[in-house]
Amino acid sequence: MSLELAANMGAAPKAEIPTESPLAIRGMTVSYGQKPVVFSVDMTVEEGSMTAIIGPNGAGKSTLLKAALGIVSPLAGQALVFGKPLKAARHRIAYVPQRASVDWDFPTRVIDVVLMGLYRELGLLRRIRPQHMDKARACLERVGMSDFADRQIGQLSGGQQQRVFLARALAQEADLYLLDEPFAGVDAATEKAIIDVLKSLRSEGKTVVAVHHDLTTVRSYFDRVFLINTRKVAEGTVDDAFTPDMLNQTYGGRLATGQIDQLELAAG
Amino acid sequence: MFWNALTLQLGYNATLVTIGATLLGIAAGVTGTFLYLRKRALVSDAISHATLPGVGIAFMLMVLLGGDGRALPGLLLGAAVSSWIGLLCVSWLTRLTRLSEDAAIGAVLSVFFGFGIVLLTVIQTMGAGRAAGLEGFLLGSTAGMLFNDALVIAGGGALTLVAVLILRRPMTLLAFDPEYAAARGINVGRMDLAIMALALAVTVIGLKVVGLILIVAMLIIPPVTARFWTERTDHMVLISGLCGGLAAWIGASLSAVAPAMPTGPIIVLSSFALFVLSLLLAPNRGVLAVYLRHVRFQRRVHMRQGLLALAQGQPIYEAFTVRLLKRAGLAHADGVPTDDGRARAAKALRDEKRWELVRADQAFESAAALYDGLRDIETVLTDDQISEIDQRIGGPQGVAS
Amino acid sequence: MSGEEFVPLSLTPMLIGVLAAVACALPGNFLVLRRQALIGDAISHVVLPGIVVAFLLTGLVAAAPMMLGAAGAALVSVVMIEAIRRLGNIEPGAAMGLTFTTLFAAGVLLLEQSDTSSVHLDVEHALYGNLESLIWLDAIGWSSLLDPLALAGLPPELGRVVIALIGVIGFLWLFWRPLVVSTFDESFAQAMGIATNRLGVALVMVAALAAVAAFDAVGSIIVIAMFICPPAAARLMTNRLEHQMAWSVVFAVLSAVLGYVFAGYAPLWLGFENAVSAAGMIATVSGLILALAACFAPHRYRSGAPAV
Repeated sequence: MSLELAANMGAAPKAEIPTESPLAIRGMTVSYGQKPVVFSVDMTVEEGSMTAIIGPNGAGKSTLLKAALGIVSPLAGQALVFGKPLKAARHRIAYVPQRASVDWDFPTRVIDVVLMGLYRELGLLRRIRPQHMDKARACLERVGMSDFADRQIGQLSGGQQQRVFLARALAQEADLYLLDEPFAGVDAATEKAIIDVLKSLRSEGKTVVAVHHDLTTVRSYFDRVFLINTRKVAEGTVDDAFTPDMLNQTYGGRLATGQIDQLELAAG
Repeated sequence: MFWNALTLQLGYNATLVTIGATLLGIAAGVTGTFLYLRKRALVSDAISHATLPGVGIAFMLMVLLGGDGRALPGLLLGAAVSSWIGLLCVSWLTRLTRLSEDAAIGAVLSVFFGFGIVLLTVIQTMGAGRAAGLEGFLLGSTAGMLFNDALVIAGGGALTLVAVLILRRPMTLLAFDPEYAAARGINVGRMDLAIMALALAVTVIGLKVVGLILIVAMLIIPPVTARFWTERTDHMVLISGLCGGLAAWIGASLSAVAPAMPTGPIIVLSSFALFVLSLLLAPNRGVLAVYLRHVRFQRRVHMRQGLLALAQGQPIYEAFTVRLLKRAGLAHADGVPTDDGRARAAKALRDEKRWELVRADQAFESAAALYDGLRDIETVLTDDQISEIDQRIGGPQGVAS
Repeated sequence: MSGEEFVPLSLTPMLIGVLAAVACALPGNFLVLRRQALIGDAISHVVLPGIVVAFLLTGLVAAAPMMLGAAGAALVSVVMIEAIRRLGNIEPGAAMGLTFTTLFAAGVLLLEQSDTSSVHLDVEHALYGNLESLIWLDAIGWSSLLDPLALAGLPPELGRVVIALIGVIGFLWLFWRPLVVSTFDESFAQAMGIATNRLGVALVMVAALAAVAAFDAVGSIIVIAMFICPPAAARLMTNRLEHQMAWSVVFAVLSAVLGYVFAGYAPLWLGFENAVSAAGMIATVSGLILALAACFAPHRYRSGAPAV
């Protein structure tokens, strides 16, 4: 079909998603076997925002991120990054996987892991030059890990490992940062260091999306939330969407009423 | 002729070997199931390759002591000892160093096997001709087997099978849920050791019949085959034993008729044939069944998403969804719904709304847990419950369902 | 020992042993780190059916069809393992064991059924190889290394192992970065757009190339041992991948040289008349090196916090 003809059809569905959002997901369904983990989810991430993806265990939070990145293949649906298909915009995304997904006994140093973030810049054969090393060191500095550059990664604590992962993402110099449970099992100092870095990224106009578990910190860390329990439950600013009503819908009966009261929620 | 062999009418030795192999096949299938369920199928590879130096050393010792180096019981004892040492090395490497189990298995099997080959060449130097027959342990050979050897195999097969039968309860429990087994007072470490010892026994007895390279197949293929037919551990043990016994029986019979057909490979290939049949045709986990189910499932997902999009007046982005809707007479090619489609879409949206309430309400928690985006709400709630929910939703009632 | 004896009789077998060991040990580093060590085991078993099929199809006992046949079998086995793993939802270890035993059984059966007695093709040869026979008859001493006529008489296996080694090094050099990234952190690699599946298959195929060339010369025992033992021992020596690669090369060379020497000369020293299997001895030495590393190497223990 010619382009003009398509334009003339007006209301006809087109294979394009009309958005320039850093990450726009449409009709995404992912299933493991016969059970949909993510079902028909739409998501539109606002540029320059910090969004928490929230939901109970097994609600499809990580899977949604992985599907958006093409790491798992969806049964239906698509994702656009800055209005382009994933392939054309990969260089604008930095991804921080779950810490536990990696073999930390791998024989490599901290600085080498950060240099992995420069993979796209270095390509297959370009040599690592002083400027690349400087960049990697600067990223380590930013997460407070410069003293550990030459350590073997297996010698790090959980929180230190997480910071190294964040440093690697920083080295990618992306516009959209996708983090899978960045605060899981880290110490308080690390949590503060990470959130400081993420907030400074936002102030530079970057977009941050993180799978998040701890409901008590949502309000102080993030400005937008995306509630999911297989289906999307709500999406919006913390004030609009992070309400007792919506949380009830997300968590079902699993969240005790007392727990909800303790959260600094907006009046629902 | 083949029929005669299958029905055990082909001479004393051949009959004994066939019976022994069949018993061995059953024992291997059953033992292999526990190995498989404990995710240690390839440990059998290390066990079998590690027998070779033991065979060599036993041969040399027996010759040095003035006996016949080829006495089967002595060789099998040597095989058992050296593969036990091999097993210890595997567990030592995995526990005390940072190496993972697969590397430990590979290292042990190759080094022991290499050392065994060195010993075989030493034996060749000791006196040509006397070592003849030891090569038979690589690939197995039942041709020209002595009566006593056949007896050892039949007896060993029977003994192993008895041991497996005695231990099957605690082993099943262990394979199904190690923590529960421990809570029931089963010593997990010791039971794992027992599984290994049984696998070792099967291997050692099978050496002469199928050879050390292919004995691994008798421990691995039947359980994998059985897995396709059942979800229950005890059934799996049974089916696996059956497959193993059947393959061994066919293999031993065939090679009794045609000495040019080596027993081991025939047993393995029969076993593989059973596996392929199961892989393709098993009712629930078979490839065909899974594929058909996946296609149906994908259609349901697209259909449902399409209907919801129609109901909410959103555009449908995927061509496949539109095609499905069109084929079902629910939408036109341009994505505009038909009357029928509009009704179905309204019902889908209404169900979504109902689900939303169900999931937010603690009273319906057990029903809400079943939500997967596709399930019809009528299948989990009674009519009364649904009308109660509808009242809470309010709005127009009685959308055609 | 004088060059007149060493060069024609020992230099080429030793050199071939060393090159084959290194060609297998290099990709073996990645196989071990990826928990795929037993892929090496599987590959070395399926080489036999590949060679038999190649012989049955062409009727030739020539290097080219046999190498192609072996490579084809390696590819078939990789595809089969993946297919069984995915289609049947079977754990990788079991899928591997199932595949290589079946293919090996088919190879043995074909071999027994077909008339291959006239040619030098048998199971023992496939397992032990025949390193000792790869002598350089045209050589008369060290000076032959500069003599073009004598060099033309080098055993062809040497050339094939060299080519395989160059192929292995070339692949690792070119794809070093994506290999490291995808081995360490597969989902990150995928998010970067690295085709991790294709890369994994390519790695296995390169390992198969090394296996086939080495197998041709030294039999399959060395192949498995060299895939696993030198890299495993090297892992215990260092915590940096680059250093691990170097250590694995050192260990592979050491195993090959010492193994060959022990096999050829130790029995003579002990008063036996004949040498023992060089391939078996090389595997044994590599095992001893690993045992020593497991007892004394500086980085033999797991370190740091468990990743939970």
